[in-house]
Amino acid sequence: MLILECPCCGVVGEETEFAGGGEAHLKRFGPGSSEENFHDYLFAKENPKGVHFERWRHANGCGKWFHAARNTVTLEVYGTYSAQTYEPPQEIKDKVSAKVPGWSWREFA
Amino acid sequence: MKRYSAFAVAREALGNHMGWERAWASPEPKKKYDVIIIGAGGHGLATAYYLGKNHGITNVAILEKGWLGGGNTGRNTTIIRSNYLQDPSAAIYEKARSLYETLSQDLNYNVMFSPRGVMMLAQTQHEVRGYERTAHANALQGVKTEFITPARVKELVPIINLDGPRYPVLGALWQARGGTARHDAVAWGYARACSAMGMDVIQKCEVTGVRTVDGKVQGVTTNRGDIDCEKLGVVVAGHSGHVADMAGFRLPIESVTLQALVSEPIKPCMDVVVMANTVHGYMSQSDKGEMVIGGGTDGSNNYTQRGSFHHIEETVRALVETFPMVSRLKMLRQWGGIVDITGDRSPMLSKTPVENMFINCGWGTGGFKAIPGSGWGFAELVAKGYSPLTEEFGIDRFKEGRFIDESGAAGVAH
Repeated sequence: MLILECPCCGVVGEETEFAGGGEAHLKRFGPGSSEENFHDYLFAKENPKGVHFERWRHANGCGKWFHAARNTVTLEVYGTYSAQTYEPPQEIKDKVSAKVPGWSWREFA
Repeated sequence: MKRYSAFAVAREALGNHMGWERAWASPEPKKKYDVIIIGAGGHGLATAYYLGKNHGITNVAILEKGWLGGGNTGRNTTIIRSNYLQDPSAAIYEKARSLYETLSQDLNYNVMFSPRGVMMLAQTQHEVRGYERTAHANALQGVKTEFITPARVKELVPIINLDGPRYPVLGALWQARGGTARHDAVAWGYARACSAMGMDVIQKCEVTGVRTVDGKVQGVTTNRGDIDCEKLGVVVAGHSGHVADMAGFRLPIESVTLQALVSEPIKPCMDVVVMANTVHGYMSQSDKGEMVIGGGTDGSNNYTQRGSFHHIEETVRALVETFPMVSRLKMLRQWGGIVDITGDRSPMLSKTPVENMFINCGWGTGGFKAIPGSGWGFAELVAKGYSPLTEEFGIDRFKEGRFIDESGAAGVAH
C-alpha cells in the first residue's frame, strides 16, 4: 500500500487519503506560444518506467496540494515536498540519486 | 500444419496422442524481415495474421520479450462488446466483434467465443440518458443494442439486486451478441496461424533499441542481436511510451495498473456479462464456474502489474451490493495488467514521426474485445499506409482537437 507524508500538515497517510494529480512541474506557456507547446502541456505526459515526480492532493485531510518523488516500478516513495517550487529540491534529488544512480526526468537529473 | 478436427482427435487417439505437432515453431531470428511487430499479445499477433491473410506479407517476425499473450491478453476479463457512442469506435469494435463470431473457424482453433450477451447497468438518471443515447447511436451505426427495463434485467440476471442500497437499477444497455472468449486461446490461435504462414514468432526476445537512419526506421536492437526491417509495428500496450522513447518521440500516454480477480468456481448462476459502471464492478462467469471480476485502475502511474489494494475493496463492495449472493464467495486470485491510457480514452493506430514505424496502442482498459478489428485495421495501415478503420485514430488528433471521447460515453469500465 502506498503511504505518503503530507508536507503541508505532516500527516502520514495511506493511499485512500490522497488523490493523484498527475505529472508535477508542468510548464505553462503564455500568449504567443506554439500549438506544439500547448499540445505537450495538455497531452504529452511523462510516463517513465522508474523515477517519477507527481502532484498529489491530501484530499481526505488538509486538502492541500504537494509533490511526491516516486518510483513507478518499485513503488518506493523517495520523499514528498512543497508544491511551491519549479523543480525538485536538492535533498530529494540526492535521495533519488542514492537509490537510482544516473536517473533523469525531463531536464532534471 | 495439421488441421484440428474431430477426425484428427480420432486419428491421434489411435496413436496414443503421440502424433500432435507443436502449435507454433520457435525459430531463431533472421537478419532481416519485411515487417517486424514488437509484442506478441493479441493485437500484435492479429496484426501479423491479417498482414499475411489480407495483404500477402508473410516475411514477418513477431518479437515478444516475455511469453506469448503473457501481458494484458492473458490478464483481462475477456469481455467482448461494441456498444460505443462514437462512430470511429463503433466501427472498429463492431468489426472486431463480427470477426470474433467466426474466429474459431478462421483460425482452426477454438477461441471459445460465447455470445452470451453484455449488459451495462444504468443506475443513475444520467446513465439512463447516456445509454439511451448510445442505443440510438448504435442503431444508426448498425450495431444491435437496446435499452431494456429493470424487469428484463431481472429476467436475464436472476441473482441481481435491483434496489441497491445506494443505486437502484433503472435499466440497462443490452447487447445480445456481445459476450466473452477464451483470452489465451485468441493469442494461441493467432500465433499458430501466423506460424503456419511461415512467420517467426520469437519469444524471450526483448527489444532494447530502435535503429533509425535519416528519420526512417532501419531495424531494432534486441537481446538476441540486431534485426533489420522495412517496416516496424509497435504493439506493446503499457510499454508503448518506453518504446517510443527508444525511437526518440513522445506519446500522449500514461501507464497505470488495472486489476482483476476471480472467485472460487461455483455452479452456473449468471449466463450474461454484467457491467455496473456507477458502483464500478463488472462480472461474468467463466466456463470453469469462477466469477471473473474486473476492478479499477490505479490513481497514479505505475508498472507493477499488481495494483492498489483498496481497489479490490471498492470492487468487491460494488459487487456485493449488486449481487448479494457473492458476499459468501472466496476470491482465489488477483492480478494486474499495465494499461496504456490516452487523453481521450481511445486508442491510437497511427503513423509516427519515424518513417515506416507504426504504433498501435492506447487501448487502455478495453483492448481485448478489439483484437481482431485492431489487427485487421492496423495490418492495412502497415501494408498500405492507410486504413478506413484506423484513420480517425491518429496521434495528431490531440493536436487537432479531434478527440474520440469515449470516457463520457462508456464510463469508467471501457
